[in-house]
Amino acid sequence: MSDWIARAVRHRSFMIGGVLTFVLLLMAAVSLFWTPHNPYRLNIRMRLKPPSWDYLLGTDAFGRDVVSQLMVGAQNSIVVGVVAVAIGLSIGVSLGLIGAARRGWIEELIMRFSDFTLAFPAVLSAILLTAIFGPGSLNSIVAIGIYNIPVFARLARASGNAIWSRDFVTASRACGKGGFRITVEHVLPNIVPIIVVQATIQFAIAILAEAALSYLGLGTQPPTPSWGRMLNEAQTHVFTTPALAVYPGIAIALSVLGLNLLGDGLRDLIDPKLARQR
Amino acid sequence: MSLFLAKRFATLIGTLLFTSIVIFIVLEILPGDPALLILGIDAQPGQLEVLRQQLGLNDPAWTRYWHWIGGLMTGDFGISYAYKVPVWELIAERLQLTIPLAFISMALTAFLALVLGVYAAANHNKTGDVAIMATSQVGISIPSFWFAILLILLFAVHLGWVSAGGFPGWGEGLGRALASLILPAISLAIVQAAILARITRSSVLEVMREDFVRTARAKGVSKRAVLWGHVLRNAMIPVITVMGMQFGNLIAGTIVIEQVFTLPGLGRLMFQAINQRDLELIKNVVMLLAVFVITINFIVDMLYVVIDPRLKVHDV
Amino acid sequence: MAALLEVEDLHVTLETSRGPADAVRGVSFALQRGETLGIVGESGCGKSMTALGLIGLLPERARTRGAVRLDGRDLLAMTEAELCGIRGNRIAMIFQEPMTSLNPVHPVGRQIAEPLMLHRGLSRAAAREEALKLLDRVGIPNPAARIDAYPHQMSGGQRQRVMIAIALSCNPDILLADEPTTALDVTIQGQILDLIRDLVDERGMALILISHALGVIAENTRRMLVMYGGRVVESGPVGEVFGRMAHPYTRGLFAAIPRLGDGRARDRARPLATIPGTVPELADMPPGCAFAPRCDLALEACRVPPVPAVSIGHDHEAVCIRTDQTVGQPGEGRP
Repeated sequence: MSDWIARAVRHRSFMIGGVLTFVLLLMAAVSLFWTPHNPYRLNIRMRLKPPSWDYLLGTDAFGRDVVSQLMVGAQNSIVVGVVAVAIGLSIGVSLGLIGAARRGWIEELIMRFSDFTLAFPAVLSAILLTAIFGPGSLNSIVAIGIYNIPVFARLARASGNAIWSRDFVTASRACGKGGFRITVEHVLPNIVPIIVVQATIQFAIAILAEAALSYLGLGTQPPTPSWGRMLNEAQTHVFTTPALAVYPGIAIALSVLGLNLLGDGLRDLIDPKLARQR
Repeated sequence: MSLFLAKRFATLIGTLLFTSIVIFIVLEILPGDPALLILGIDAQPGQLEVLRQQLGLNDPAWTRYWHWIGGLMTGDFGISYAYKVPVWELIAERLQLTIPLAFISMALTAFLALVLGVYAAANHNKTGDVAIMATSQVGISIPSFWFAILLILLFAVHLGWVSAGGFPGWGEGLGRALASLILPAISLAIVQAAILARITRSSVLEVMREDFVRTARAKGVSKRAVLWGHVLRNAMIPVITVMGMQFGNLIAGTIVIEQVFTLPGLGRLMFQAINQRDLELIKNVVMLLAVFVITINFIVDMLYVVIDPRLKVHDV
Repeated sequence: MAALLEVEDLHVTLETSRGPADAVRGVSFALQRGETLGIVGESGCGKSMTALGLIGLLPERARTRGAVRLDGRDLLAMTEAELCGIRGNRIAMIFQEPMTSLNPVHPVGRQIAEPLMLHRGLSRAAAREEALKLLDRVGIPNPAARIDAYPHQMSGGQRQRVMIAIALSCNPDILLADEPTTALDVTIQGQILDLIRDLVDERGMALILISHALGVIAENTRRMLVMYGGRVVESGPVGEVFGRMAHPYTRGLFAAIPRLGDGRARDRARPLATIPGTVPELADMPPGCAFAPRCDLALEACRVPPVPAVSIGHDHEAVCIRTDQTVGQPGEGRP
């Protein structure tokens, strides 16, 4: 275990990614209790002010503090990301494991269904959902969640198949263990590392997707702060206060970069054979 | 060989049909009463009934479905509720922008990714490779629409070289039209190119480790000739797959980018349709986009067979 | 007459996860025109690295030291471009894995024609003609129909024949064959070795045949080197080495060959002989004689470098100080 920690600390991607992700989570956690200003309060007198000691990054078009909005926006990104990936993961991994366990036409059907769903990017599904149910963060979560299902299904099935063909599983079957118990006791524990790595990467993708959806107005609705919508609002004033369009983008970029690096680092640490090939 | 083609074609048709059913269910069955959706909760029962007659909503679902599919085959996409003109006219007009934009982006993406990816692999672990990996790592982390805004900030606000959005149309001169598409195309291409460059690099590196590369070098073929003559064709196989899959992302990206640059393309059309609850328009535009994506994936599958002789069904 | 190939104190250093380590530690030998040389040893003894080191095909991070002279010119001092002119032209190599050693997306005819067009400047049509003849010579039936086939349409044995055709195409002076039959079915192995032997005789090529199987070396080469731990531990004419078996490792190799008995109860009860212990990792090579930890004749003096080469007979050497105990002792059988 300590050997693992030593390797982890030496790994550059993992450390940088870890730090960035930690900052993201910290920002969101702190904002649950305290923000420099109230991000919901409109204050038209103070609109579009440049950075000052009071408003570290300035104010937006409605006089709201940028820093506070960024912090609460982090909450939003994390919640949407985590819930959407969780939905995709639980359904996707289950489907994939069922496919790997049952083989035959069930597997074929699940894979066809995955291929089909993969063809629909999150934005397209979100548009469909918005058309019927109207905009909102639930839309983002469901749309992104739907998009994640085939990703995890394919991964779980491919890794699951590899485990099923291993000798120790054949031995278990020879002892009479059924498919369900083998899946839960043998296959699942062995694919956890690779699923965790993928989940980190999907989390990063989810944050990007959520930002795109809120930018379009399909996702998180006002007054809840969201990084994507902040960019949309900032664009209207890009000629007068260009800085406003930069901050939310940096927040998104750093969060996504952090998660990507973390995921890459985890992948290298879990399977050193892959690391040497880089 | 023809049996293989026939089977793949049948799968294509099947997927398209299945997609159409899903879209139909989502847009016409799920909401319950489309007329209510269009007119809103405050609508009078009389108004609702008139609308239902107009849209043929009183017919059973099967009939409406086949009516729609039949229309699609013959080019009759129905009438837009909001604009009162045939949907096809609206789509055709918007396609004039979206299709060229998609093409330019894809071409840029492919060019950037292949050049950078192959260069990075050929200079593995040297400065060029490290730089490209770092840049692409950043590239996959930034939202494309934010990059678009930054480009606007630089080229439109600061330098004033191009306008901050809008499309003058093809009639105003090729140069001006293309100039308005350049920034959007670059924004779309950057993120996709970063992803594709990394995949290209790792694919080339993997092929370079294969035994037959050593054989080629043992024949006296130079490193450069090995790369171009032996490695690349093998390395392109997974790369082409990903490019096909990226097409879906391209469509999604176009929708967003058209908003950023206020371009009158298909994406914005869909937006306006959503705001106006124009179900007929939405249904057909989504179907069209789905057809694009699925067809491109089909073409990629076919390309495989051309590139990789192991997949050809031989008569030997 | 000066040797065709002179290898002098060749060292190959590889990058391992534990730092740089030598895979080849001072190998020297000479190869005359038309001579057949076998290199035998178990996996990891450095025989493949030696061959790759001769023509500069080692992995990226490897370094070489020493001299490899082909007709007097040092190959290790050549530029990459000059080496490209040598490979496939004056020195050709065939590898162990026919299933993966050919490019899957090119027809075999094109792969044979490539060195011809590169080194002999032949046109595509002329090279194709030549490739047809080569396919015929290596025993591919109906070459005109097969010349445009892809590797995956051929069996392992046929692919190896194609590899041989590629190697022969420019009439090289030296053929390096690295375990050419190990990955093939037993019935095909004999055919391929016969083919190689015939071609070598016919064209007067020199041959360096690498194998871990003593039988293969015995039947196909005149001189042999026994390698262990990156060094040559015994060298000499095949008949001499098999007859005297001066080095304890050579003895161990022989003893380890399973023998068919006459069906007597005594034979059936006899356990298979092995050499105790395992080959040390590259980074853990002991000082002095690399085989000492596993040798039951080892003395303290064996662990002190350098271990001298002792002359056993005409042109027969062993790197061991205990040969007085081994030479002349009854071995476990003759080839």
